[in-house]
Amino acid sequence: MTTTAQQFLTDATAKAADLRHRAVIQSNMASYNAAVARGKARFADWQNARSRAAQIKWETINHLDRYLEQFERNVIASGGHVCWAETSADACEYILSLARRHRVHNVVKSKSMTTEEIHLNDALEATGIHVVETDLGEYICQIRGEPPYHIVTPVMHLTKEDIARDFHEKLGVPLTDSAEELTMIARRKLRQEFLSADMGITGGNFAVADTGMIAITENEGNARLSFSLPRIHVAIVGIEKLIPRVEDLALFWPLLSTSGTGQAITSYSSLIGGPRGDGEPDGPEEFHVILLDNGRTRLLADAEQRDALHCIRCGACLNACPVYQNIGGHTYATTYQGPIGSVITPHLRDAQEWSHLPYASSLCGACTDVCPVRIDLHHHLLHNRRNAVRRRFDHPLQRLAFHAWLWTMQSPARYRLAGKLGALVCRLGFKPPRDFPAPAQESFRDWWGKVGQASCLSNPERKTGKMPVLL
Amino acid sequence: MVKVLRRLNVAVDYPAAQTCCGQPAFNTGYWDEARTLAKRYGEVFAGYDAIVSPSGSCTAMVRNFYPELGTPPPPTYEFAEFLVRKLGVTDVGARFPAKVTYHDSCHALRELRLKDEPRQLLRKVKGLELVEMDKAETCCGFGGTFSVKFPMISYAMDEVKCQSIAATSAEYVVSGDSSCLMQIDGYLRRQNLPAKTISLAEVLAST
Repeated sequence: MTTTAQQFLTDATAKAADLRHRAVIQSNMASYNAAVARGKARFADWQNARSRAAQIKWETINHLDRYLEQFERNVIASGGHVCWAETSADACEYILSLARRHRVHNVVKSKSMTTEEIHLNDALEATGIHVVETDLGEYICQIRGEPPYHIVTPVMHLTKEDIARDFHEKLGVPLTDSAEELTMIARRKLRQEFLSADMGITGGNFAVADTGMIAITENEGNARLSFSLPRIHVAIVGIEKLIPRVEDLALFWPLLSTSGTGQAITSYSSLIGGPRGDGEPDGPEEFHVILLDNGRTRLLADAEQRDALHCIRCGACLNACPVYQNIGGHTYATTYQGPIGSVITPHLRDAQEWSHLPYASSLCGACTDVCPVRIDLHHHLLHNRRNAVRRRFDHPLQRLAFHAWLWTMQSPARYRLAGKLGALVCRLGFKPPRDFPAPAQESFRDWWGKVGQASCLSNPERKTGKMPVLL
Repeated sequence: MVKVLRRLNVAVDYPAAQTCCGQPAFNTGYWDEARTLAKRYGEVFAGYDAIVSPSGSCTAMVRNFYPELGTPPPPTYEFAEFLVRKLGVTDVGARFPAKVTYHDSCHALRELRLKDEPRQLLRKVKGLELVEMDKAETCCGFGGTFSVKFPMISYAMDEVKCQSIAATSAEYVVSGDSSCLMQIDGYLRRQNLPAKTISLAEVLAST
């Protein structure tokens, strides 16, 4: 087992027994589920909307080369710049050199998992640049010095009281039990940061190929301030964020907000089409888009699992996942947690190091049922497991055990003997590590041999052709 | 299951050569091993009209995953599915005077899309009161080798499930999959909770 896998097991074991954590998450999930149910009811046909979205994403991802180049042409035509970043380091270096060139000292950021993925804050801070997260949840994460717990709701694991304590300890403000007051404290702090920022960095929920625009979904208005106030705006998006046409947002915006938070549409929906134009009163002087690969083309090359790139990062699969609900987001130690994270992380990062994640699922399929773009999530976990075994990442003892198991299962006599041995061991007083029912006094097979078969043979329909069979 | 099928005048055979459908290997990533058993399954059950299994999980393995292994799936049905969809029967003449709640096994629910079939059967059982639990569709946490590799996650999921069962004050929790029932039974007994586990087939066989 790798160190990463060992750490995961340790953290998961601790968190699964943390009843306070469980209560907070269950309460938050209950509110989320109620909101999403109301949200889905607003769609004339939710299932059809999912299918349509999956079709559009399939078309995009399977012709990604074409859509990316179209997007690039349109960004450049409207006065923006495009950087193709193959790795995290390439993306960070582009931003750092831009910052150097423009003598940037202060950066404001809106919520972006892609910047988490490339560890941008660390890179900026290492060169002495002051960087502030302006999404309230991300701001709290930054204050606490911890990564987002969830890709959509970064502090889902915290209560109002937890946040009040953090603000009191880290910002020196009085303790308060008012959510409104906590928001106002953050607002006052962040206002100053917006006004003094030289560069605004955002992610992008969608990159629109036919207009060269970045679409941003948010509820606090902080993203809008981040890209419109500072001199320079940098948007960093994974290459899978493309959608072909601006009118596709009519589907994708409500789909994302419904799956993400249950909202019909988020409070602010912005389309950014370039730097400030002639005669325009606001907007940045320069607009840069970074298209990040960072392992995504490896996933793109895998025809079987390519649809994992359909993901619009709504977080629905995390919320539906009973494993996520019990072990929490931090336990995964990945940028993208939950089922989608367990599918893509072995592709995006070291496949062996992260090969434990696809196994940390009961394969219940709740994730696949809620995915708004119909990614076959739990079947991809199976594919990842098969790939891990093919590449011999499995433990030699496990491999041996399955060889022995197969040998047993290939012979009814051995199968029967194994059953009898198991029952005998249990009767002799062996206690398995987990609770296990007592073996039956008589196996079905024995009963069938003595009584069952005879009773069925006396059935008159026995003679009438083929029979249904009991397994 | 044999008793119920007999009662419905269905001729039943049990080919003694049968062993396992291969799901444990398949789900752990050992597809070559699973393929060997999938082929074996096809040979053992060749020629029958229907193969009926008291497990949504085994049925899903055959129907949904044998094609992934390149093996055509023989006509295999989950027990409740066979009764309701194939035979068109919901009243099997059973009597089981108790308050029960039904646990949807993930594979019956999400791989086979069986939600109402077991409930239709239960509603026709004389004396039986069916109450729905809040988390009927939530996984019990078994997941085969998952419960061995990550016992504490599995246990936490079991706990969430069993608290939902206990909240209904049902005397029995019924399910179509014995592996779920084994998992649930473990928690119920360890915590001395009053609810007992019983398979759908056993309820339907009761008179």
